[in-house]
Amino acid sequence: MVTKALLAVFKKDIALAYRQIAELMQPLMFFVLVITLFPLAVGPSPETLQRIGGGVIWVAAILSLLLGMERLFRDDFADGTLEQYILSPIPLYLIVVVKVLTHWLMHIVPLFLISPLLALFLNLSVDMYVALMLTLLLGTPLISFVGAIGVALTVGLHRGGVLLALLLIPIFIPLLIFATSAIESASMLLPYQPQLAIIGAMLLFSVALSPMAIAYSLKVSQS
Amino acid sequence: MTILVAQNIACEKSDRRLFSDVNIHLSASQLIHLTGENGAGKTSLLRILVGLSAPARIESAPARFESAPARVESAPARFESAHARPESASAKPDDASTNEFTQGRVEINGTDVHSNTDQASEKLLYFGHKQGVSQLLTPVENLMSWCKLHNIVVSEADIITILGELGLTGLEDLPLKNLSAGQQRRVSLAKLWLKTHANLWVLDEPFTALDVNLIASLENKIREFLQSGGAVLMTSHQALNIDHPITNMHLEYQW
Repeated sequence: MVTKALLAVFKKDIALAYRQIAELMQPLMFFVLVITLFPLAVGPSPETLQRIGGGVIWVAAILSLLLGMERLFRDDFADGTLEQYILSPIPLYLIVVVKVLTHWLMHIVPLFLISPLLALFLNLSVDMYVALMLTLLLGTPLISFVGAIGVALTVGLHRGGVLLALLLIPIFIPLLIFATSAIESASMLLPYQPQLAIIGAMLLFSVALSPMAIAYSLKVSQS
Repeated sequence: MTILVAQNIACEKSDRRLFSDVNIHLSASQLIHLTGENGAGKTSLLRILVGLSAPARIESAPARFESAPARVESAPARFESAHARPESASAKPDDASTNEFTQGRVEINGTDVHSNTDQASEKLLYFGHKQGVSQLLTPVENLMSWCKLHNIVVSEADIITILGELGLTGLEDLPLKNLSAGQQRRVSLAKLWLKTHANLWVLDEPFTALDVNLIASLENKIREFLQSGGAVLMTSHQALNIDHPITNMHLEYQW
């Protein structure tokens, strides 16, 4: 019964995302635009691009995910669906996990699909590309889960967007450091498992604890 | 059978005390009609009662002197056992100590709503100002996902039948944003027809934007629900035309 309910939440969120496809595309377009502008701005020298490439993609990924993040609970809060979620027999933190994962899936899959092209733009080597994909795979769910706490806290405020970025960006600095350091190691053909392991540990930690924090923040934002 | 018990509920909004020492005792087949001016705190009270927001923690000693109690009176003659008690009966044992903070509690079907919202809301149906339906989904999609979330087994055909009863035939597959305000509320009201295992309805202004016919059929639905042993707590600015004893409860506007 719980599985059925969570599946219903999943299906509903997918349907909603596809009915506002323009909003879904916004973060992706932002991501693509930032990365295409970089080679034009810093010059087309392949060495420079290769050196900054990993970092550029990561910064663009964080900012574009944050851009799409606000949508996560906004509509549910506005139309009262959130109230019905809270007053349902299904624990709120499970609903929240499904919502965050669905949101992540809808935003990150297109980003993954387009990234080989962008890696080519920035002259990333195959090793760097593999490292980039692995760090994105481990790091972006972390952004979604931790970011969702901030979104849940600011959902009752109007125009919480800038506040959200101010709250969240400092938290993502460690992630950014380890992710770019993994890509740098890969570019020198050095092992980068330690960095991946640390990002993985941060991810597991956030998956374990953030659903409670998100659910609590959502309840607080109701009163 | 007792369905909802609330003790010493207080609410404060931006330093204004809306109400304090509200006690409610709602049993099966009982209808409480909550009235009060705009801003008296009706919606805030209902949200506290279902567990959406927490009651204010107030200093118990001064609270007795500052605040006027919520006036509770029962409907004349037709209803003998008004369970909603006036405030004077609720003297607390710890009143003697100053600076003692107390927080009211609410139980629905014997479960505390604030510490265990999920379990307490199993047989509760809350119908608030926000409809809880998405503008982009069709009525059927909205109700289907709501039913799954609330552990209700229905088929699409059942939902379409109920929507037909509510006068929405032919609109089942249109996104909600294409319907009128009243029609959107009808979609949301279909929840009352769907959640048959509920024994408590908390309805906040259910008649808003409805036409005369639907108000009549909603009143009829409320009467049937009360007769089958359900309890209803509702706010409405219009007089209720329900053939069932009504307990009136009035919230005074306070500064």
